[in-house]
Amino acid sequence: MFNKKHLVLLASAGSITLAGMSTAQADTLEDTMERGAVQCGVSDGLPGFSAPDDDGNWQGIDVDVCRAVAAAVLGDSEAVNYISLNAVERFTALQSGEVDVLSRNTTWTTTRDTTLGLNFTGVTFYDGQGFMVPSDLGITSVDELDGASICIQSGTTTELNLADYFRANDMEFNPIVFDTSEQTVGGYQAGRCDVLTSDTSQLAALRIQLSDPSTSMILSDVISKEPLGPVVRQGDDTWFNIVKWSLFAMLNAEELGINSDNVDEMLESENPNIARLLGQDGNYGEGMNLEADWAYNIISQVGNYGQSFDRNVGMGSPLEIERGINKLWTEGGLQYAPPIR
Amino acid sequence: MSVRPDARPAGHKPPFWRDRAKRALIFQLILVAVVAAFLIYIIGNTQANLEARGITTGFGFLSDTAGFGIGQTLIEYTSQSSYGRTFVIGLLNTLLVGGLGVLAASIIGFIVGIARLSPNWLIAKLANAYIETFRNIPLLLQIFFWYFAVLRTLPSARESMAFGEAIFLNVRGLYLPQPLFESGFGLIPATFIVAIVASIALVMWNKRRHEATGKRLPVFWMSLVIIFGLPLLVLVVTGVPVTWEMPVLRGFNFGGGITIIPEFLALWLALSIYTASFIAEIVRSGIQAIPHGQTEAAQALSLPRKLVLRLVVIPQALRVIIPPLTSQYLNLIKNSSLATAIGYPDLVSVFAGTTLNQTGQAIEVIAMTMAVYLIISLLVSMFMNWFNARVALVER
Repeated sequence: MFNKKHLVLLASAGSITLAGMSTAQADTLEDTMERGAVQCGVSDGLPGFSAPDDDGNWQGIDVDVCRAVAAAVLGDSEAVNYISLNAVERFTALQSGEVDVLSRNTTWTTTRDTTLGLNFTGVTFYDGQGFMVPSDLGITSVDELDGASICIQSGTTTELNLADYFRANDMEFNPIVFDTSEQTVGGYQAGRCDVLTSDTSQLAALRIQLSDPSTSMILSDVISKEPLGPVVRQGDDTWFNIVKWSLFAMLNAEELGINSDNVDEMLESENPNIARLLGQDGNYGEGMNLEADWAYNIISQVGNYGQSFDRNVGMGSPLEIERGINKLWTEGGLQYAPPIR
Repeated sequence: MSVRPDARPAGHKPPFWRDRAKRALIFQLILVAVVAAFLIYIIGNTQANLEARGITTGFGFLSDTAGFGIGQTLIEYTSQSSYGRTFVIGLLNTLLVGGLGVLAASIIGFIVGIARLSPNWLIAKLANAYIETFRNIPLLLQIFFWYFAVLRTLPSARESMAFGEAIFLNVRGLYLPQPLFESGFGLIPATFIVAIVASIALVMWNKRRHEATGKRLPVFWMSLVIIFGLPLLVLVVTGVPVTWEMPVLRGFNFGGGITIIPEFLALWLALSIYTASFIAEIVRSGIQAIPHGQTEAAQALSLPRKLVLRLVVIPQALRVIIPPLTSQYLNLIKNSSLATAIGYPDLVSVFAGTTLNQTGQAIEVIAMTMAVYLIISLLVSMFMNWFNARVALVER
């Protein structure tokens, strides 16, 4: 809401102003070890990606990245402080050091990667922008949306894609911009707009939150590419590597057939790739100042990428999103991690 | 002034630290130096930090293409316009709701404030109930109330409430016909201005005549006729060079005409009604601050009741009313930034929201936004102080 948002912004802007010079070259890994917890920025509640469950524990595919980093660094996937951020606050919070990892369904773009003093570490979810419309409207394609009122969440790439797409196709639209995804859905449900647009994964999550999901449908058209991934501050390469390779470890584990259930048996595996990943052959965590069992901790406590996907957004979750382009490269998808070697 | 017997002989100067005026000057200089040093430190530190973190700085982003849409734009705007343009759009939307809010709040506030003093029991109690209800509920909740509870109960676009074939009301907003001016229409505003000037001249002439001869004309009604009658006459003579573009249901929404979006209506209603409850109390207290003896004295001069109010009570009450009224106006304008909660595209929502996030230049954007509110508030303050000085008691 307004007050909180602006407090955070002001506080963050203020801390950039007042912070001592030394923090610029801060050692995030050392700070995290000392604190005993990873400071992780997550969304303001997006089921499947980052949202608290009934017991108040954060769950989701983005949350699993935070947990993986905590498992790799501290050996305990629960040692995470979650900080809920809306779309407008997120980058300032990361820049000012309020969070050390931003894992919050954030699209990787040039501007964000090059001008904000931030680095994207990889892609947790390949997404694209879609549209949700009431079923009784009889709309089947985006091209029928000329003149529609469209609800969007403020501060997202969605806002830009929408304007681009409608201009390119010579169509008009009337944007109604809300602060949080909750308000956006509120506006859609109240009939303030004809269409709600967001990343398709988010639409699936928002749809099941509707009072009656069957009254709305998601159009099959996708108008943009939205690679979502974790973000860290520029200038701390060790930390950058840790976050990057935490995700790669989960992907490699899936590729090698290691999951949280069989990881202990796999310790005995003769496969050299598995032995290297699990720290049985050499210490590949050394370059990141981590212990040899860093990847073992991730897999045993968080699971591999496929498990995380299935549990949070895939068929094992209420969202039931198809794996689609997020399949491993070996199965015809885009998810591909460099080898551990 | 008395001269102390032990005063130093003239010409002998005390050391500067014993001289009160010089001491004061030195302390002020030290304070200025400390503040300046602090500012220099802050600015230098910020720049160094931003550079060390590889964050782009500067105001160059203002000329970059914005690339997003805005729901309500008072001037030409497309997604190809610059970020600088989004600043202007947001500012104009803020000024629109702030200006109309001040106007409506003043009107409602004065009416309710006077009604609260009415000898009619029912009217006084109703005014009282209004004040106590609206000033004791947080503004944000009132905005949500108007937006979600009232405006959202309106019908959908296809089941709009129609008033004639020209005005439509639905959940997407209020649709009004838009006047399209043809050539020759420029004459009408010109006549309007001429009529206003003529009325002012008439009032001044009447005042001088009244003072000289004691005779008066009903100038209020005469001015009214001149100001509205003359342009109307010109309108008819020139053959009404206006056509109306009617709102028509096209596809999803009404097209054509003027659209007043529900976000604006909700924010405007909430701001006006909330602030009016405070203004009403200020007006009441201002009127009650005038001793009853003033009214009695005026009546003893056999002034009619209307003139007692206009010549004796209100001019004195204004002196009490204006300073607190200024604060209420400033509050209203600053409170308009709550717009972001319901998606009205004001300065905070558009510029400090979307633009900030798309460019990531938090310090520049927030500084500009804060400067705007500061400047608007200072201007309003300056005007009200000037007005206050005009109505202030001139002591002779």
